[in-house]
Amino acid sequence: MTAELTQLTAAEIAAAVAAGEVSAVEVTQAHLDRIVEVDADVHAFLHVAGIGAIAAAEDVDRKRAAGEPLGPLAGVPLALKDVMATADMPTTCGSKILQGWRPPYDATVTRRLRDAGVVILGKTNMDEFAMGSSTENSAYGPSHNPWDLSRIPGGSSGGSSAAVAAYEAPLAIGTDTGGSIRQPAAVCGIVGTKPTYGGSSRYGLVAFASSLDTPGPLARTVLDAALLHEVMSGHDPCDSTSVDAPVPPVVAAARQADVAGLRIGVVAEFSGDGYQAGVQARFTEAVDLLESLGAKVVEVSCPHFTYALPAYYLIAPSECSSNLARFDGMRYGLRTGDDGTRSADEVMSLTRAAGFGPEVKRRIMLGTYALSSGYYDAYYGKAQQVRTLICQDFDAAFEQVDVLVSPTTPTTAFAIGERADDPMAMYLADLCTIPSDLAGNAAISVPCGLAPEDGLPVGLQVMAPALADDRTYRVAGALEAALQQRWGGPLLAQAKGLA
Amino acid sequence: MAQTAQLVPYDEALGRYEPVIGLETHVELGTRTKMFCGCPTTFGLEPNSAVCPVCLGLPGSLPVANRASIEYTIRIGLALNCSIATWCRFARKNYFYPDMPKDFQISQYDEPLCTDGWLDVAVEGQTFRVGIERVHLEEDTGKSLHMGGATGRIHGADYSLVDYNRAGIPLVEVVTKPVTGTGALAPAVARAYVTELRDLLRSLNVSDVRMEEGSLRCDVNTSLAPRDASEWGTRTETKNVNSLRSVERAVRFEIERQAAVLDAGRKVVQETRHFHEEDGTTAAGRSKEEAQDYRYFPEPDLVPVAPDAGWVEQIRASLPEVPAARRARLQADWGLSELDMTALRNAGALDLVEATIAAGAPAAEARKWWLGELARHANETGTELSALPITPAQVARVSALVQSGTLNDKLARQVLDGVLAGEGDPDAVVEARGLAVVSDDSALTEAVDAAIAADPDVAAKIRDGKTAAAGALVGAVMKTTRGRADATRVRELILERLS
Repeated sequence: MTAELTQLTAAEIAAAVAAGEVSAVEVTQAHLDRIVEVDADVHAFLHVAGIGAIAAAEDVDRKRAAGEPLGPLAGVPLALKDVMATADMPTTCGSKILQGWRPPYDATVTRRLRDAGVVILGKTNMDEFAMGSSTENSAYGPSHNPWDLSRIPGGSSGGSSAAVAAYEAPLAIGTDTGGSIRQPAAVCGIVGTKPTYGGSSRYGLVAFASSLDTPGPLARTVLDAALLHEVMSGHDPCDSTSVDAPVPPVVAAARQADVAGLRIGVVAEFSGDGYQAGVQARFTEAVDLLESLGAKVVEVSCPHFTYALPAYYLIAPSECSSNLARFDGMRYGLRTGDDGTRSADEVMSLTRAAGFGPEVKRRIMLGTYALSSGYYDAYYGKAQQVRTLICQDFDAAFEQVDVLVSPTTPTTAFAIGERADDPMAMYLADLCTIPSDLAGNAAISVPCGLAPEDGLPVGLQVMAPALADDRTYRVAGALEAALQQRWGGPLLAQAKGLA
Repeated sequence: MAQTAQLVPYDEALGRYEPVIGLETHVELGTRTKMFCGCPTTFGLEPNSAVCPVCLGLPGSLPVANRASIEYTIRIGLALNCSIATWCRFARKNYFYPDMPKDFQISQYDEPLCTDGWLDVAVEGQTFRVGIERVHLEEDTGKSLHMGGATGRIHGADYSLVDYNRAGIPLVEVVTKPVTGTGALAPAVARAYVTELRDLLRSLNVSDVRMEEGSLRCDVNTSLAPRDASEWGTRTETKNVNSLRSVERAVRFEIERQAAVLDAGRKVVQETRHFHEEDGTTAAGRSKEEAQDYRYFPEPDLVPVAPDAGWVEQIRASLPEVPAARRARLQADWGLSELDMTALRNAGALDLVEATIAAGAPAAEARKWWLGELARHANETGTELSALPITPAQVARVSALVQSGTLNDKLARQVLDGVLAGEGDPDAVVEARGLAVVSDDSALTEAVDAAIAADPDVAAKIRDGKTAAAGALVGAVMKTTRGRADATRVRELILERLS
């Protein structure tokens, strides 16, 4: 029974708990057992909150017994990226500078999950302050891809994607700034959504780049992702950039899973040099499959997408150089060198030198430079102009088509250590995902098969206009259904890394 | 403390040089809650008791702008004849300091809410129109207390304490354009400007403008140029000049100091300077070379402010009469001299006198009591007139009792003392202390006879027609009646008896 429980989807668990076929405590215990069994190898979690999880599950069971109404995901375990504030667990952002820090408050997303009866199992590993594409930038060591433990699980939400792919949790929360949900989902063979910017609250999400950061769901099925999307989203008065509009009907769209008559645009710029042959092949097959399901497929050019990566690496570091200034050792977290002889300035410098890892320091320096007097217009200012051009490319494209598609990442999961010393190579992992972040619109990554050359998962990305998140679920749902029919079951069933 | 600066006598300096001044005034707004969170703005609370994740800048927290603070800023802008922006953004000002929770300040940079206005200031019968460059909104920092060390500054302190109660209180900065053509009146114009601005802000009900509590703080810019020069000189910025008198002294000192620098053929260094309250001098702080690069960029956590025209017009329509117009009207109504009006204004007694007159007192009486007995009492107890435990209606009642002859001035002062001591309304004090004037002949005759009997020499003189000597007997009667006798009637009775 225990093994079976971890194989269930979130929708199945919620239904079973609601029907009294299984208790939330049993489900939670099964997942905690699974964590004990595999997480020494996967290292998806930085903190496991067993006691708190069981208590939350008991609360769901008590409510059910009392006949109180249960939310659509009540009793479903979830892994929470360690960038979301939790009042009852540490929140480290994968950094030494926040080691042991316990926020005095819950993030809005955390609170919404709790209110919905979702059981938070613990906090997942991530690249330090969400900067990276592999979790190798975590101060607490990398996570491993359940398909092949010698490979990266993607990043920065790599702990979340690994936990879901390793059946340690059916659901996880990630955050996407340049692709940090979709890229790990793609390389782990699961589903990951970047909602419309402002569709899910950033209150309590420790900021990397404020104008880009977006919390979103990771799951093994499109429907599960949609269910979590709906629970975590909605207007939040504590976040000024939160969208005051109804949550798009993503669950209905995931169930509808119909692309007949939908106009799909293939982004011309995201192919060719640098794209792994197997990734390209699976992507093209998937597009053909969508066409066979009744979609109208055309190629669309978005000429400025080529400049998205450089623009992103000016805007995101600029914002991060300011957002991360507060980690100065004065009020919380690490403090280094305070021996009574040093000035506040010196203690701040020593703390930041000791507390931040090399990639964080690199981006703080890049951003500090880009915002400096005399350089602002040439770097930050120019990057914002490029951002506007990318938005215009999207606008023009969405005049012609309902959604855009591309491979989620140019390659499958690379080996741990392979790109660790080559930041540019690492940055290229987010080539296809960054434009949606810069434009703030909706996108999803859904598995579309295994690359023949390495047997690793390939993701297909669907991009839609802001607040049209439901369209991404329609396409992803239709593709998932058709592909699973072809495969005879979920793609993850073919994973051998943990066998 | 600092090395003694070379000074040129003021009149001599003005003979050779023309001063240009500029003022930057920070005003803490009197909104109920802070700029970006719900914490109270109350002054003098237990340190670090009015704080929350937002104003402490805890990781993950986000600001949400307080509508009232934007409305107050627009009120100020309109009262200063400014244009109100139809669209503007907050910006981050980045620098490290322990009392800045986020190590950046949310402020406004190149898009202030209000621009291009003016304020008329009268000095010695001349009116100077001071141009207003901009009025913008920002958040206040925490307050550092540097313990130990000689200077009270962070350098040389043994340790520092930080109180974050002030962090996040809305702060408006009013920046003047350079003020030229004031000549020798420059210090007086600077002072008059701050006074007029203070009164204006008070009338707008947007701040309690208490310089001694730091809710109004000034930085004063001063430069000198030779009388025949076509360009302005290099300016210095004297920080934290926190009383009206200090504003005047700071400008005067800088004129004398800069004249000496220029006379010696040296150049004025562009720098910030600290004002020393004790001796009225300024000392060098940070120079332009050491000036920080604040790396301003638009605040991505906040949405742009776009006050709609209807709202702005509504605010404009609700503006009160400006203080200068009100003073002119009241002066005419009350028939007081310019000198009286200035005294009332400096004592902060205009509202009190207006209310006292409204309660029935003649203008001269109201002026006399508030600037006399009550001002003395306020001075002795170190409080402001408005904080005395007496109402204008009570003062008007005392005045009425004097008019009707029930009290003389001496008794009236005792009644005021009684009211201030909490003994109740004037009538109750008169009753309880038995203070009414005794003018009843039967009650006075006995005392008059006793006085005559006690001093036969004086009585004899009066009988001889030396009526001036009657004063001695009047004094004796007043003494035996403890001041309650009607002195005029006593004199009449004495003269009757001895005629």
